[in-house]
Amino acid sequence: MSSDTKRADGARFSRQDVARIATLARLALTEPELDLYARQLGGILEHAEQMQGVDTAGVPPYSGATTEDAGDALREDVPVASLSMDAALQNAPQGDRVAGTFVVPKVIG
Amino acid sequence: MAARETTIALRDSIARGERTATDACNAALATIDALDASGPALHAFQLVLADRARAKAAALDHAFAKDATLAGPLHGVPIALKDNIVVSGTIATAGSKMLEHFVSPYDATVVERLEAAGAVIIGKTTCDEFAMGSSTENSAYGPSKNPVDPSRIPGGSSGGSAVAVAAGMTTVALGSDTGGSIRQPAAMCGITGLKPTYGRVSRYGLIAYGSSLDQIGPFAGNARDAALVLEVIAGHDPHDSTSARRPVPSFAAAFTGSVADMRIGVPSRLLEQGVDPEVLSAFRDAIASLTTQGATIVDIELPHSRHAISAYYLIATAEASANLARFDGVRFGARVSGGSLTEMYDATRGRGFGAEVKRRIMLGTYVLSAGYYDAYYLKAQQVRTLIQRDFTAAFATVDTVLMPTSPVPAFRFGERVDDPLQMYLADVFTVSANLAGIPAISVPCGTTTTGLPIGMQFLGRAWDEATILCAADAWERIAARA
Repeated sequence: MSSDTKRADGARFSRQDVARIATLARLALTEPELDLYARQLGGILEHAEQMQGVDTAGVPPYSGATTEDAGDALREDVPVASLSMDAALQNAPQGDRVAGTFVVPKVIG
Repeated sequence: MAARETTIALRDSIARGERTATDACNAALATIDALDASGPALHAFQLVLADRARAKAAALDHAFAKDATLAGPLHGVPIALKDNIVVSGTIATAGSKMLEHFVSPYDATVVERLEAAGAVIIGKTTCDEFAMGSSTENSAYGPSKNPVDPSRIPGGSSGGSAVAVAAGMTTVALGSDTGGSIRQPAAMCGITGLKPTYGRVSRYGLIAYGSSLDQIGPFAGNARDAALVLEVIAGHDPHDSTSARRPVPSFAAAFTGSVADMRIGVPSRLLEQGVDPEVLSAFRDAIASLTTQGATIVDIELPHSRHAISAYYLIATAEASANLARFDGVRFGARVSGGSLTEMYDATRGRGFGAEVKRRIMLGTYVLSAGYYDAYYLKAQQVRTLIQRDFTAAFATVDTVLMPTSPVPAFRFGERVDDPLQMYLADVFTVSANLAGIPAISVPCGTTTTGLPIGMQFLGRAWDEATILCAADAWERIAARA
């Protein structure tokens, strides 16, 4: 399917489309949310379709207003202090300060 | 409302020994006490840091008593910070339930610079969740109210900071502006708000929304105070590689007090539809006054600006969907437990984020997904280049571009929450400056017949905040005489 075909479909979201995006975004949505977002995202993208009429042939994508300053963004590779382990773990919903780890549900069996 | 004291007058009175930093701190806390949680209950503040502020003020007074020459440019000045700017050892919610208990382990660079200059951080202000919104109605902790009419929104997303200054709780505040979030609430509350050039101010310690668009900037009662705060917070920071290695000029030194030799571009075709008649009338009156004072008004074209909203909402949401991936219940923030790792992610994010944040993450995820990237994200980035080129062309013939800040004055609570597209469209005049990376300052330009503030904004060349601050200062003098 060409991107143009997909774009035309995209202006009218189904609940299945919304559910697929929610999976990509790692968001558990309720049934009413699926309906709401199907309607609202469709409306927003329909408005954005107006942009497709702009002639952008040969126009580069934006690369920053401050490009003249981008050249010196590199720094010397010198180690500097960062957050301590305790500070990094202080906001963890579940952390193990002895092991120095964030704790998550079991991933491998 | 009574005339607001300026930051500079407040600082100078402390420097002359007429009052102490502690006096100024206690006065700010008393005003907050009278107006914020009680009284009209404006809810400008998400969190008041009373003990911390008093301790800092006492330390300043102690140091000042020993050696008054060490007083910084903001010595003893209480300042409010939007709650998406982190202060070490204090909670930063960014208006989200996700960060209800998040205690920052470090200071934002702007916090370090403000405190080094002698400012006293008085508290954290109400904002739309993760800075996504135009009204503060998306705050998970309840909105802030417009001090001019508490039945109306203060604007957003930095609404609480605008309210703090407009209601006289502090003389200055910081907000962040991704698509108008400083300028629009400044306009709706009748004060001055500045979005600096992208890269002028470090974003280190600003909870990210749209990283190529976000800038921290000041709210103030006038251009001179805004210039002073910008001088303090601007400049390169090794912690933010997008902050520019450019010298920070003395902005106020460039003030002439006059618009006499200024060439001001007005994109009149952009104003032909969708602007409230009273806003348009106030804007035209301002142009007439500027002309009388010797400014040259030039009609300019910004042909791609009518696509700015579409480009903005695709780019900003794409960046937001990536930035907010970090809120996954693992390293910080809320966690909703149960089931597998992915079930934990999904439940945490599904419940931790509010409706508008989820809407924007969904939109951003979609425009970045396979098969749609070219049609939406790439196209929007190309249109962004065209918008930037339009401004470059305009600035070849004019010194500044002038347009309304918001097409409408402050609306009532609930009036627009059910229609996100209508809410987005009201950002029509503010998003272009963020897309082009250029600075812009909103200044008051009158009121509606019912007394609601109206704002207009001067936009400038990249790195040329001096010219727009000078224009804003000159405009204040013209408006004061009218």
